[in-house]
Amino acid sequence: MDIIQGHALTLITFLPLIGAGVILLLPGKKEELIKYTAAFFSALSLLIGIYIYWKFDRNTPNIQFVEHYPWIRYFNIYYYMGIDGISAPMVVLTSLLSFLSVVASWGIDRGVKGYFSLFLILETGMLGVFCALDFFLFYVFWEVVLFPMYFLIGIWGGPKREYAAIKFFLYTLFGSVLMLLAMLALYYWSEPHTFDLLKLTKMRFTRTFQIIIFLALFIGFAIKVPIVPFHTWLPDAHVEAPTAISVILAGILLKMGTYGLYRISYPILPEATVWFSYPLAILGAINIIWGALCAMAQQDMKKLVAYSSISHMGVVLLGMASLTPAGMNGGLFQMFNHGTVTAMLFLLTGVIYDRAHHRDIDRFGGLAVQMPIYAGITSLAFFAGLGLPGLNSFISEALCFLGAFNVYRWTTAIATSGIVFTAGYFLWTYQRMFLGPLNTKYSDLPEINGRELFTLIPLGAIVVFLGIYPSPVLNMMTITMYNLIVMVKP
Amino acid sequence: MVGLAHFLILSAILFCLGLFGVLTRRNAVAFLMGIELMLNSAGINFIAFSRFCSHDIHGHVFAAFIIVLAAAEAAIALAIILAIYHNLRTIEVDKIDVLKG
Amino acid sequence: MVNLTIPILILPLLAFTIQIFFGKRIPRQGDWISNSAIFMSLFLSIYIFYGMWSKHDPLYKESIVFDWIVMGGFRIRPGIILDNLTAVMLIVVCVVSSLVHLYSIGYMHGDKRYSRFFAFLSLFSFSMLGLVLSDNLFCLYIFWELVGLSSYLLIGFWFERPAAADACKKAFITTRIGDIGMFMGIMLIFSKTGLLRYEEVFEAVKSGELSGFYLTLAGVLLFMGAVGKSAQMPLHVWLPDAMEGPTPVSALIHAATMVAAGVYMVGRLYPLFTPHSLITIAYIGGITAFVAATIGIVQNDIKRVLAYSTISQLGYMMLALGVGGWLAGLFHLTTHAFFKALLFLGSGSVIHAVHTNDIQEMGGLRKKMPVTFYTFLAGTMAISGVPFFSGYYSKDAIIASVITFVQENPSHLPLAILGVGAAGITAFYMFRLVYVTFTGEPRNHERYHHAHESPSVMTVPLVLLAILSVISGWGGWFESFMGSPEGVHHVSSHNNHESAHNLAVILSVTISAIGIVLSTLTYRTRHIKAEDMAERFHSLYRLLYNKYYFDEIYYALIIKPVLWITRLLRSIDLVIIDGIVDGSARLTVIVSRIERWIDDNIVDGAVNATADSIINMGRVPNRMQTGILQNYLLAAFAGVLIILLWRII
Repeated sequence: MDIIQGHALTLITFLPLIGAGVILLLPGKKEELIKYTAAFFSALSLLIGIYIYWKFDRNTPNIQFVEHYPWIRYFNIYYYMGIDGISAPMVVLTSLLSFLSVVASWGIDRGVKGYFSLFLILETGMLGVFCALDFFLFYVFWEVVLFPMYFLIGIWGGPKREYAAIKFFLYTLFGSVLMLLAMLALYYWSEPHTFDLLKLTKMRFTRTFQIIIFLALFIGFAIKVPIVPFHTWLPDAHVEAPTAISVILAGILLKMGTYGLYRISYPILPEATVWFSYPLAILGAINIIWGALCAMAQQDMKKLVAYSSISHMGVVLLGMASLTPAGMNGGLFQMFNHGTVTAMLFLLTGVIYDRAHHRDIDRFGGLAVQMPIYAGITSLAFFAGLGLPGLNSFISEALCFLGAFNVYRWTTAIATSGIVFTAGYFLWTYQRMFLGPLNTKYSDLPEINGRELFTLIPLGAIVVFLGIYPSPVLNMMTITMYNLIVMVKP
Repeated sequence: MVGLAHFLILSAILFCLGLFGVLTRRNAVAFLMGIELMLNSAGINFIAFSRFCSHDIHGHVFAAFIIVLAAAEAAIALAIILAIYHNLRTIEVDKIDVLKG
Repeated sequence: MVNLTIPILILPLLAFTIQIFFGKRIPRQGDWISNSAIFMSLFLSIYIFYGMWSKHDPLYKESIVFDWIVMGGFRIRPGIILDNLTAVMLIVVCVVSSLVHLYSIGYMHGDKRYSRFFAFLSLFSFSMLGLVLSDNLFCLYIFWELVGLSSYLLIGFWFERPAAADACKKAFITTRIGDIGMFMGIMLIFSKTGLLRYEEVFEAVKSGELSGFYLTLAGVLLFMGAVGKSAQMPLHVWLPDAMEGPTPVSALIHAATMVAAGVYMVGRLYPLFTPHSLITIAYIGGITAFVAATIGIVQNDIKRVLAYSTISQLGYMMLALGVGGWLAGLFHLTTHAFFKALLFLGSGSVIHAVHTNDIQEMGGLRKKMPVTFYTFLAGTMAISGVPFFSGYYSKDAIIASVITFVQENPSHLPLAILGVGAAGITAFYMFRLVYVTFTGEPRNHERYHHAHESPSVMTVPLVLLAILSVISGWGGWFESFMGSPEGVHHVSSHNNHESAHNLAVILSVTISAIGIVLSTLTYRTRHIKAEDMAERFHSLYRLLYNKYYFDEIYYALIIKPVLWITRLLRSIDLVIIDGIVDGSARLTVIVSRIERWIDDNIVDGAVNATADSIINMGRVPNRMQTGILQNYLLAAFAGVLIILLWRII
């Protein structure tokens, strides 16, 4: 138990990597064995995630589960892992979604060995991003996420996969380069030179310097979120990526952008944050409305969900920009909730794609007769997506709007209109796919199966439970967030 | 009285005949025979100088060496010619230009 | 006593949970679960009502508060409020809901999603009860949306029909437009005061912390929610379409309870509304009452006529609240719930018998379905304001408030005209409905032949509701029970009220009588030919028949532009943004091609040229190597000769 206590973050981060190594040693023909190995290692990670959730002390803003060892002494680079209220929910979410995605990947039939080993490397990268407290280490993990993703889209994707993969890769690499520059600037401007994110928060940089660094970091993060107009990689990547990868992409990778803002930009560059908060709110509002309207025009269900993600991430930005307790907590909570909801939406899209081999909304119709359970779960996910009270997204969105309205009246008022558009496209899609007379072409589609239910039910339960009782996740973050607000706005 | 000059003239005639054969004959065997003539003319020179000038046995030794060497050389050269014939179906020297740059 | 409200709230939720997961496996598909849950809630509500009645204290108030979301200084603490208004609403909701549950056992018999129907009914009951019991704006909004959800699910219950699928989406989205306003209103109040609980907000208003423009704005924004949910103009278009749902649903949700939530909300938050926002409410209510009534004259679908009458009556309630008739508006809400539920259930009984909604296909059904006829007639008399029926008292109170208001503010005379006019038209079209449906000769003999009275599980609720429709206005119980709670300052002074009351009695009775007589002349005795009138006022008839072209106008002015914008944005993404991205990628490729050309031709060229010249130089000696032995020997000989000659010379 001591080992777990002392090294929980190292274990949760690197167990998947060990899993990847084990899979590489297995013979490629034994596909079942490879799948079970991948599931085993990601399940181990999930167990540690649950353990972290359990042991996480909600009454302190301090860093917990700290591991601090020198790595490259000459440059003052440390292997520094630790979590606080901002990263803990993300770590839990990542380990959960990764495990479910492995289960959802059971249908992969070519290059099984490569797929699962890359997937586990990806999981290591993602968990590392959320655990790292040394900027250099953070950057390393950030890039580790990039390359498995490129191959997972580029090899196991749809017909235009190379285009999508390269677009994804270049967009994010462009952002990474700016981030690298910002990181080095912070390193050389700090005295003594350090990459330690906590020590950097204590440095007092000049305002101009802060603004320049903020901008450089912001573009890097904005591409990940993605903020309009840096968003067009997302729909393409989603459409081409296999189901489980879409889940990871929308559920975790997008959050890395806003997480970066919370973790790096806000505490280290407080003056620039205040200076930027209003533009950030406007960008959030644009994201909400742009994403919702674009979603309405889509035929492909995956593109629709992708644009809905853009819209929902706009809510996060709006909440963050408010710099109020309600907005900041709401933003982080929205990140968590959107992770669950969008994962459900992509898994559901995968279910229908596996059966009908297309995702064209207009070509379905009346599926609620043929697949009642599937229709029921989809309606749950859709209603969560459109922010129905009683489901988790509502609480986070309401908190974001409440927080933001205090500060930016008009921007928030305009952004609220996105709520109608969101209801519009979800319900319209639901009508076109599930209601009306059954399209006889699909009168023999099989109902959702046990494995798919296994991936959806935990998420559905979280969606409902947190909608009724949000405290278990909210209380992880409140104190840290309070601390952060004080740091930004003393 | 036969003197040194006669021997040298004979050897020069022999050498020129050999050289002429070497330069003009196309047949590789005849070419080889020209070389033999030139070697033997050199041998005559050694004997003659040994007899008329140094009065010792060195020239004889050299002549004996040349005879042995010529025999060995003829054997190897004929073997080469046979090998060339085997491969190129000809022993005419001007046709054999595989070493042309 | 307030603790008893918790089981009232939880029981239907429990029933919903059981039904949605296990409904199909339970005997009788679990209809008894939903029914017993709502009836238990009903008995508890009656018990609470009785308790409140015996206290007879207009200001009595109890509440419970829970911790829900606590984040440092920011906290949302939902709670339950129990006062007289809540008690009345509990009774209204539970009575109508339980009778509709009972009725549905007969009406939905044999439907393939029978269990799910009851699950949704339970969900609705839970949400509606929650809405009534909430003590803060945040929870009000939550339940507000949840009743919208159950409405969506129930309108689209027969989703195989494209019309139902359209209608449920339309209902949800249209009401959501109003909900945004409401949400902004809540945010405005919260951002100004940091408070969400009714009482605390009222305190803030009282102390002047929240006042002036922002208070008016907040009031109007909150009212937007009511405009959507209570189908006021201009967001009324969803309610007639919502009639695609099963009839019990129309009775419960789209007549008695959910659509009245807007009225309840305005009544509940009455202290928040400034005179300016109240006058807005009054005008919107008045116009809605009148316009919807005129549309009701010419519709032929029995449920749509009732839907327009519902819109009209809701407008009436809003009008009452707007002019300061707090009691009158809520009183009408109560009586209307009973008689409108009755009318809808009656129409359901008719539809159940003849399998059509078109009243032109009916006629003469009185003999076949006596119970339905007489109860329906009772409902009609109530809604038309025939003396001694409940509607008479409540409508009378409304007209009295309007007249009082107009007496004090003569410039607002149109309100009185709209109100009184709507009352007359209501009487006219409701009697038209009765005459065309139940009297005269059957116009479709085949349907008439198959018609039959409904089973008792359906007629018993009708009879009970008919009794309530008659007696629920008697004795001024409402006024004495409710009093005028603290914070309701806008009710007009009493002196004026007396004289206005007398005038109102005369006016309303007269106007109703005119309406009924005209209707009788037209549709019963046929002294006036309806067809001739339609012919003479052709353009007006077309206008009314097409409901003032609201749907068409919205389609042209809102839906089409929005869809156009969505396509525009999509093209911006695909053409401009992706164009820039792809373009920069292409530019990079072009640049790299140029670089390759330079490499190939200039850099490599130089290197190759050097190499080539060296090779060319090598070609000259290369010729000397002929490969012919004799040439070499000749050269060697020549060399020796040259050396010799050089030595000699």
